[in-house]
Amino acid sequence: MTSQTEMKNSPMKEKSAEMDREYTGSEILLRCLVAEGVDRVFGYPGGAVLPIYDSLYDGHVKHLLARHEQGAIHAADGYARATGKPGVVIATSGPGATNLVTGIATAMMDSIPLVCITGNVAQNLLGTDAFQEADITGITMPITKHNYLVRDVNELPRIIKEAFTIAAGGRPGPVLIDIPKDVSNAKASFYYPETVHIRGFQPTTEPHPLQIKKLHQAIAGAKKPVIIAGGGVISSGATEELVRFAEGSMIPVTTTLMGIGGFSGVHSLFLGMPGMHGTYAANHCLLGCDLLIGVGNRFDDRVTMGRIDKFAPNAKIVHIDIDPAEIGKNVDTYIPIVGDIKNVLTAANEGLPSADSSAWLQQIEQWKEKYPLQYKQDDDTLKPQWVISHLHETTHGEAIVTTDVGQHQMWVAQYYRFVHPRSLLSSGGLGTMGFGFPAAVGAQLAYPDRTVIAVTGDGGFQMTAQELAVIALEKIPVKVAVINNRNLGMVRQWQELFHGQRYSEVDIGGSPDFVKLAEAYGVKGWRAHNPEEAKQVWQEALRHPGPAVVDFWVTPHENVYPMVAAGTSLEEMIMGDED
Amino acid sequence: MKHILSVLVNDQPRVLARVSSLLGQRNFNIESISVGGSEEPGLSRMVIVTYADDRTMEQVSKQLHKLIDVIKIQDLAFDESVVRELLLVKVGANSSNRAEINSIVEPFRASIVDVGANSMMVQATGDRAKLDSLLELLRPYGIKEVARTGVTALPRSSARSKAMV
Ligand SMILES: Cc1ncc(C[n+]2csc(CCOP(=O)(O)OP(=O)(O)O)c2C)c(N)n1
Repeated sequence: MTSQTEMKNSPMKEKSAEMDREYTGSEILLRCLVAEGVDRVFGYPGGAVLPIYDSLYDGHVKHLLARHEQGAIHAADGYARATGKPGVVIATSGPGATNLVTGIATAMMDSIPLVCITGNVAQNLLGTDAFQEADITGITMPITKHNYLVRDVNELPRIIKEAFTIAAGGRPGPVLIDIPKDVSNAKASFYYPETVHIRGFQPTTEPHPLQIKKLHQAIAGAKKPVIIAGGGVISSGATEELVRFAEGSMIPVTTTLMGIGGFSGVHSLFLGMPGMHGTYAANHCLLGCDLLIGVGNRFDDRVTMGRIDKFAPNAKIVHIDIDPAEIGKNVDTYIPIVGDIKNVLTAANEGLPSADSSAWLQQIEQWKEKYPLQYKQDDDTLKPQWVISHLHETTHGEAIVTTDVGQHQMWVAQYYRFVHPRSLLSSGGLGTMGFGFPAAVGAQLAYPDRTVIAVTGDGGFQMTAQELAVIALEKIPVKVAVINNRNLGMVRQWQELFHGQRYSEVDIGGSPDFVKLAEAYGVKGWRAHNPEEAKQVWQEALRHPGPAVVDFWVTPHENVYPMVAAGTSLEEMIMGDED
Repeated sequence: MKHILSVLVNDQPRVLARVSSLLGQRNFNIESISVGGSEEPGLSRMVIVTYADDRTMEQVSKQLHKLIDVIKIQDLAFDESVVRELLLVKVGANSSNRAEINSIVEPFRASIVDVGANSMMVQATGDRAKLDSLLELLRPYGIKEVARTGVTALPRSSARSKAMV
């Protein structure tokens, strides 16, 4: 077993001394994590990772014990979304590994850097249906950026270095390393490479100058330009460059769900979110524009409605992305620009012309004024939109807000005016219920002093509510805001609008009392039925130094508007309930 | 349109699974895949034949490139490449018609590689169409078993095959 003092030495400096000594695979793993700057991992133990947990016992890397591997991986994901650094999760073989699958797919869809470490049965048992054996590298092939089955302890350092390089480099994503138990136990000398050359992974980060020139020409000739900014702006850290780009060229900006916070929600050029629940202004900009500049977005069907024929019909499309495969995948592109968005926008900001957009911007102001986001407020009942606006006001837009999936997620996107990147953490691509609460746990561990709010539905909260045990024990001061409508609200909304009000299996009114549930775990709970109560208990929850659950008992049948039905054009916006 | 992709990949366990899983996941149609050695130690060459329009081909190629084990992709033009497949076929044969079968096989520059009491095995190489027509001619004698390798290919030295992405 490694002694404390030896482990504290930087593995790099002590190279020669270290190479004389032998370490087990699991010790090597932890030394690699330390060398990689990982100070915290999330996980759950089991037979195949016993050696790894034995090495963790020495305490050089902090470990958060979740109550379900899905909770652990969403927490690692929340940590990664909040910080930009790869999140690390450890799970045992078989069921431990398969419990990670939803979390891996969630991270893959949203391009979130994760390094997932699973144990597996010893190599002499691989392929024999051994106890708790699962072919996790096979299972996760389509939902990881890359994965490894480590067959030799001597390969472990290189593989770990590669995994971090691939997870964080280019377009980020999850990488899985499966370590058979005999490899964790085997001994080898340790040397952590500072860099690795991966022949099949050479992302293009610098844009081609000619493409920047073409972009300038297109902007100079545009009268009705619009920028659609996606999650790539955030993962590239290009928020400031985007502001300069938009202001310099006088082009308004709409941010996709994943792009929210990448451009300030209170900027005069901000249009709101586009697509299915987008604003009138954003969608009408997409319909009417003559130049559409996609920045780190992927023209998802929640934005195009899957009707490419009616999407930005009069526009030349510019698409900027680090992943060449995104360009031309969903829409035809007039000017493709491959590169890291920060680099591309920095290059574009040099000699950036202004578009001739003043009439267009006036038109947009009228749209914004005439068709703002709206809902009917009253003093006796609690409206979910009001709750979200209230969360915004009381935190001045400065909180990190995670969401689950459903109506409340869309209301957060619409009514919490995010002004910073990495502040809205939401499962956009996969739409994973159960994501929001554990993701908040990870984000709070990354930023112990910031207010972190998990906005969840009464449905989604129950998918990972077991993590209440963790925030109670570890005193992680996440504030859970349950938008409790006693319904699987978003499904109910579709059944109301598109299935003739045949409400099939969406009534979840028999849910537990969330205040009591919280208290059972040792977390303080509150409930509110109207705006007065809501203001009061929310203040108390915010002031409370520890974790809190607030059960906002909102009206049960509110719908998210505006709405564009899937498969129709953005023109066909349903603006709200007619009554 | 028919395309031949020549893909250099790391000679790693499961690399074929990675490629075929990706092609399936992305809903791309594949006519054949073959894998074997290449000129560089540690790399295998995979030859993929697929029907797709240019836009789909571009996506196939870009998506394949995202696999870490994929090193290089070329889209080979049919008319500028040597395209070959190996066919083994066991046909029913007896002493009375062996000579006849031999005379069918000969113009194809195929050869008899095994002879039994009631059958013989023919080996042929060539492009798909040639092997298909040989099979048609042998069919009347009774085809007992067939094995084909799938297509492999290299560009001719005069070719200007496009390196993709
Ligand atoms: C794991 C998972 N299962 C099912 C769905 C389908 N789904 C999308 S929204 C939704 C309803 C969510 O209800 P709730 O959590 O109460 O949130 P609300 O829509 O009421 O705000 C469902 C079931 C999903 N997104 N994720």
